[in-house]
Amino acid sequence: MVLTREEVAEIAQLARLALRDDELDALRGELAVILEHVEVLGQADTIGVEPMTHAVPTALRLRADQVEPSLPVAVALADAPAARDGCFEVPAIIKAAT
Amino acid sequence: MSDLATLLESWEPVIGLEVHVQLACESKAFSPSATSFGAPPNSLTDPTVLGLPGALPTFNAHALELALRLGVATGAKIRARCRFARKHYFYPDLPKGYQISQYDEPLCEEGGIELWLGGVRKKVRLQRIHLEEDAGKNLHHGTASLVDLNRAGVPLCEVVTLPDLHSAEEAAEYMRALHRLVRWLGVGEGDMEKGQLRCDANVSVRRRGEDRLGVRTELKNINSFRFVHRAIEHEIARQVRILEDGGQVERETRLWDADAGVSQPMRSKEEIADYRYFPDPDLPPLAVDGPTMRKVITTMPELPVPRLERFMREYGLPFDDAALLTDDRERADYLDEAVRAAGDGALARPIASFMLTELLRVLDGQPIAKAPVAPAALAELIALVAGEVISGKIAKDVFAKMCASGEGAQHIVDRDDLRQISDEATLRGLCEELLAAHPRQVEQYRAGKDSLLGFFVGQLMKATGGKANPALSTKLLEQLLAAT
Amino acid sequence: MSAELAYAGAAELARRVRAREVSAVELTDAFLARIDAHDGALGAYLAVDHEGARNRALIVDAMIAAGQDPGPLAGVPVGVKDVIVTEGLVTTAASRILDGWVPPYDATAVARLRAAGAIVLGKLNCDEFAMGSSNERSGYRPCQNPWDLGRVPGGSSGGSAAAVAAGLAAATLGTDTGGSIRQPAAFCGVVGLKPTYGRVSRWGAIAFASSLDQIGPLAGSVEDCALLLEVIAGADPRDATSIDQPAPSLRPALTAGVAGLKVGLPREYFEGALDPEVAAAVRAAGDALVTAGAELREVTLPHTRFALPAYYVVAPAEAASNLARYDGVRFGHRGGGRELAEMYATTRAEGFGPEVKRRIMIGTYALRAGHYEAYYRKAQQVRALIKRDFDQAFEEVDVLLTPTTPTAAFARGEKAAPLDMYLADVFTLACNLAGIPGLAVPVGATASGLPIGAQLLGRALDEVTLVRAGAELERAFGTRRPPAYEGAA
Ligand SMILES: [Mg+2]
Ligand SMILES: [Zn+2]
Repeated sequence: MVLTREEVAEIAQLARLALRDDELDALRGELAVILEHVEVLGQADTIGVEPMTHAVPTALRLRADQVEPSLPVAVALADAPAARDGCFEVPAIIKAAT
Repeated sequence: MSDLATLLESWEPVIGLEVHVQLACESKAFSPSATSFGAPPNSLTDPTVLGLPGALPTFNAHALELALRLGVATGAKIRARCRFARKHYFYPDLPKGYQISQYDEPLCEEGGIELWLGGVRKKVRLQRIHLEEDAGKNLHHGTASLVDLNRAGVPLCEVVTLPDLHSAEEAAEYMRALHRLVRWLGVGEGDMEKGQLRCDANVSVRRRGEDRLGVRTELKNINSFRFVHRAIEHEIARQVRILEDGGQVERETRLWDADAGVSQPMRSKEEIADYRYFPDPDLPPLAVDGPTMRKVITTMPELPVPRLERFMREYGLPFDDAALLTDDRERADYLDEAVRAAGDGALARPIASFMLTELLRVLDGQPIAKAPVAPAALAELIALVAGEVISGKIAKDVFAKMCASGEGAQHIVDRDDLRQISDEATLRGLCEELLAAHPRQVEQYRAGKDSLLGFFVGQLMKATGGKANPALSTKLLEQLLAAT
Repeated sequence: MSAELAYAGAAELARRVRAREVSAVELTDAFLARIDAHDGALGAYLAVDHEGARNRALIVDAMIAAGQDPGPLAGVPVGVKDVIVTEGLVTTAASRILDGWVPPYDATAVARLRAAGAIVLGKLNCDEFAMGSSNERSGYRPCQNPWDLGRVPGGSSGGSAAAVAAGLAAATLGTDTGGSIRQPAAFCGVVGLKPTYGRVSRWGAIAFASSLDQIGPLAGSVEDCALLLEVIAGADPRDATSIDQPAPSLRPALTAGVAGLKVGLPREYFEGALDPEVAAAVRAAGDALVTAGAELREVTLPHTRFALPAYYVVAPAEAASNLARYDGVRFGHRGGGRELAEMYATTRAEGFGPEVKRRIMIGTYALRAGHYEAYYRKAQQVRALIKRDFDQAFEEVDVLLTPTTPTAAFARGEKAAPLDMYLADVFTLACNLAGIPGLAVPVGATASGLPIGAQLLGRALDEVTLVRAGAELERAFGTRRPPAYEGAA
């Protein structure tokens, strides 16, 4: 299992993790070991086997379309790192120039 | 832009639409907070909507039923067991970091939406209809953005067409047909201004005669019927111009800016879009059971296009009238009910034209549910006209009185003595009096001024308060004037 | 308080409270005093709710004074793993990214405990987001093993097991995704029960791997685990994966004995890297069951070797998805950054510990376009094969007996390489993949005095048989307590 540094950086970017170079290097090795271990799965004969996405084979129970009280705005925002005008506040979403 | 028409002789636009339809549910798709419009920011949340640690989704039965209605109405294949999947991306209006949507096992596949285009009936084929939740709203605010999660979790279905549309007009007509269908079925209110119907368009162009599709762009944020046409036309023109200049269209997502009337690229090209779909482990497969399916099928109304065609066939309405009267289901129902009450199919046409003129004028843009006169009452009025009890002109006055008082047509006619004078002897006498009173005009008429007939008819109407039978009066006046 | 009360157990304490032999307030104060005295060195708790616990105890006592029954856990002081949310009580999942988060709602399991009269003392330490097997991966502080402070209590529910072993709670809730209840129970010499998937609502259980996670009890006896499960189990309309079944009645099984019970020893669980002392103890457990009338058979679970690799695809993939919500927008830690993308990346880099990042990376890799089929989908297919193995085994036997862990509690820092740590769960995670219930019961000790746990695995929804066999092992091997905590607070 060979993972390039670029691949590891790309995964970190997808996962929104700002990793230092040394962390990327360490992860590159650790991921390779784990993925190599995981490659054993290729030896299992799974032809025609339905993937088991749920431990219990049931159908989804449905909820009646009934409204329950919402959380008060103050509670919804209580733990927000930043809030303004009843909203969660985040840094500007800078659009990449083209 | 004026040369676009010319250019389109050699370039063919290919358009597919992805329309998000808000389902008419009281509560959210996966949790019980309300879906009301216009509530204060972040006042419609719960642990699930906020994506709080430990919170889980549960699915709204009504959302399923509404999506099924749309699926059955479009003749789609309904999957007996469909599945929810997680679609991952990071954005502040997406609380969990993923949207619960459907991926490779959507609720509905194939089917189509029928529409009339320039007098031709066309079926726009659907690829799929799937269930998903809406995101919240980001309000840009200088160096910061503000996030309101009231919309987050609102139940949607996404209706995706095949690339079957070939002009901005067709796309706009498709949107109107879908809008009509959604409202017709009670699936949603379809108010674009409230974001209840939102359109993304995949647009490409290719040389006419070519089989291969050109590079497409995805246009987002088209949020009014007017903009569907404008945004797509703008994009077609942009692509044709690039290709005419020997350039290449870039595969990208563009955001329609309605104020500027242009589109702008949305994401940077280096950013990787990888949604990492996988079946949502919090939600077992969604099974469509027999009773639910039966309910949807047995309550399915006659759909807009077949109804329009029936109105033309059975009622003899011209296309434009039939189209107007099937623009919404309540209008069409009104007509059918009035015809049924009249008990005479021959009255359908006069009822329809009275609806399109007088009734719509009185309603002044309000829905037909607000009509001050019930279908049966209108039928009674039109029957009086048809039976020559009152004239069409008097009918308008009677209608005004009906609107004002809620009284029945026959009652008003009797009480106010509005019956048409159709007795020939009486009318003849009145006509003779009239001619005697206007010798000069009689002279002129007889000298060849035929147009004065209208003057006499008008005078007669004036004298009788409009009650003289117009056809008979005209006939008698003609006879008397010709007599000497 | 005497250690006698601290170790009397949940069922007995509830009996005494209801009989007015002791008040809920007295009990609560006593346990709080023990926590204050011992937990500094142990590290089982991340938050202790002195005031809230006393207030609850007052209510329970008031109910009793008014002649009302507060429920089967009347006045019983319990602890709750910090990945389970508690209304008004800080909940962090032992992660810095949730530093100081106060949930506005209770997990269903917690609400049911409270409704049964239990007193929540506080929140228990664990590996961050339940990702670990040693409690060394807590974002706050490690928890130690009460039998030997130089050793780990196991994980991820290390605090839940240590608190019970040290008499700092009468019983606790943990969560088990790949062994996180059973492995620490074995390391700390207590009983831990992982229910059938869907038996206990996950509403309010901070998700690690949604298709594997399950809340369950840890306690000093099989009886207490049975009692707690009876209280917290049962369908919950807020968890679509909860099974539509009422809570099972388990306590009658305590005295049912094992006569005629067919017990399977899965061959694959006694091969490879298994400590001889552990192997011997588990075989002795089998003998004890035979002595009590059970029948022992060797069975085979041929896909066992695929369990660990399948788990290390499924669990990280689901975790990467579940942890996407920690973005610094609505709650928890926010990192710096003048623009959004930067804020996200610093928030998550600062807030998550190395093990969590590692799993997010594996999971993200496994779910990427082009990888999904080969990893996640393949692992879910293998999961079906593992489930099939169990189904076949349960056609022959009623329950399986295995070691819970390859070794007794290991020393702090001993397993530095991620894969070595993952191997600590090699016997427990197939149970989660198959969704079946598992029970860890103490069956003696190593020569150096460390507890050894046997694992019982049963058919889906058949916790009753686990309780039956577990109670028999308990009668055979008794319970032991770490000596350092035998004194009064
Ligand atoms: Mg789409
Ligand atoms: Zn969508």
